[in-house]
Amino acid sequence: MTVTVGTAAVEIDSVAVHFRSKKIDVTALREVSLDVAPGEFVSIVGPSGCGKSTLLKLVSGLLKPSSGKVRLLGDVVTGPRHDIGYVFQRAALLEWRSARRNILLQAEMRGMPDAGKRADELIEMTGLRGFEDALPHELSGGMQQRVALCRALLHRPRVLLMDEPFGALDALTREQMNVELHRIWRETGTTVLLVTHSIAESVYLSNRVVVMTPRPGAVQEIIDVDLPVERDYSETMALPKFSTAAAHIRELLGASMRP
Amino acid sequence: MDWLERSWRPVLLLVACLAVWQLVTTTGLIAPYLVPSPAATLDVLVEKQAYIWHHTWVTTYETVLGFLIAAVVGVLAAVAMVYSATIEKTLYPILLFAQVVPKIAIAPLFVVWLGFGLVPKVLVAVLIAFFPVVISMVTGLKSVDTEMLELASTMGGGPLKTFVKIRFPASLPHLFAGLKVAVTLAVTGAVVGEFVGANEGLGFVILQANGNIDTPMLFAGLIVMSLVGVLLFVLLELAERFMLPWHVSRRTSAVTTTI
Ligand SMILES: Nc1ncnc2c1ncn2[C@@H]1O[C@H](COP(=O)(O)OP(=O)(O)OP(=O)(O)O)[C@@H](O)[C@H]1O
Ligand SMILES: [Mg+2]
Repeated sequence: MTVTVGTAAVEIDSVAVHFRSKKIDVTALREVSLDVAPGEFVSIVGPSGCGKSTLLKLVSGLLKPSSGKVRLLGDVVTGPRHDIGYVFQRAALLEWRSARRNILLQAEMRGMPDAGKRADELIEMTGLRGFEDALPHELSGGMQQRVALCRALLHRPRVLLMDEPFGALDALTREQMNVELHRIWRETGTTVLLVTHSIAESVYLSNRVVVMTPRPGAVQEIIDVDLPVERDYSETMALPKFSTAAAHIRELLGASMRP
Repeated sequence: MDWLERSWRPVLLLVACLAVWQLVTTTGLIAPYLVPSPAATLDVLVEKQAYIWHHTWVTTYETVLGFLIAAVVGVLAAVAMVYSATIEKTLYPILLFAQVVPKIAIAPLFVVWLGFGLVPKVLVAVLIAFFPVVISMVTGLKSVDTEMLELASTMGGGPLKTFVKIRFPASLPHLFAGLKVAVTLAVTGAVVGEFVGANEGLGFVILQANGNIDTPMLFAGLIVMSLVGVLLFVLLELAERFMLPWHVSRRTSAVTTTI
């Protein structure tokens, strides 16, 4: 399962998703194609209900496309994939486990030996030191998200999927988390697919931003962001490149929101 | 000091009830053959100690045995029902039927079939305690966050690990709620079993006292019977505290008790 250089880490090939049941018949995704290069950071923005979460579920194999194909690290996705890390909007922690043991759940489920040291590294890296033994309800929302992030990174996944991971955080904590995530991405070289509602977040973090149309979702435009690798938060926000990209995305989203 | 804070109110109410009881009996408002005085009841409890102990032990034994069987069978049935739709469809109507049949009405049948020994009493206790265990365990197992289960499937632990590490522990708070109802019902079950045919147990004691119009003994039997139920309930609370500290601390944290 080695990936030759040049092969996309994620390859989404004209995928459509229809949800059919007795009561509803929804087309969540119309025709989406997207390639993500290894080590690339791609954000997905779009109006609520346009199928962003659905797209991540397709990549992880939690959902099967109605038509089209998804490849992950070279293999066609047919069922839940184990070679990814997933972070949901809600931290989804086990409330009877301490922060550290929540992170280690990943290792226990995989039968990974000696994950303790790696867990401690991640705890250090995300600034959770001193809270290893705290239960989820004793942690703040931002800390819970960091635990979820550590858990998703524990097994060093080649692809990290994040679905609005910072949606519930206040602006300042969110900025801190963005800076941290950027650093982690640079240090680990992981391929990241991030769904977000924040334009600033998407521009700050990504190589490319995918703007989607309202439901049924399709790719409206892909914006290349070319920010310097060293990214101080406020300096980056002040860059002309940043504001141009952000304004463009806002315009695209605004246009799609108007009837 | 915590227990003092929690228990002074019920203790006060109990003392008030005893005072009223003492008052109505000593003033002759109610004839002593209808309601004995607290002193008379206490006399019986002390004088007939050995007799009462013996029968209390019999009833407790039946209750605990019935409760344990109901708990084990109930949990297994719930697990089977949650994991197999076929089993659920087959079992659920039967369970419901077994629940709505008045146990008091079938108890005599058990005596006919199984005689005057231990078995029919335990059986009535099982039947009466089984339903809350099944219902609470099914609810508990189904209450698990679907995102958590999706996450587990990306960790590749398989159904057994998912059950042991996520589903089962997540269901325990619900299960304990059901067990606490079940244990008090099991006392009722055992006594009902004794009413329809027995030569020992607190149900037998009460029937005997009733026949002899020995109200002090009748009251003594009632009190001891209630104490057995309370004691078993408290034991379960302690077990819950020990096994689910995360849940209990959450329930009684400073914030939640003030709202
Ligand atoms: N399991 C499902 N069954 C039926 N319909 C579904 C299901 N999951 C999603 N949908 C529908 O698919 C569409 C896209 O949902 P999705 O969750 O992907 O949107 P989203 O872009 O993530 O929205 P948001 O930004 O609000 O999270 C929605 O209209 C939703 O109603
Ligand atoms: Mg979503």
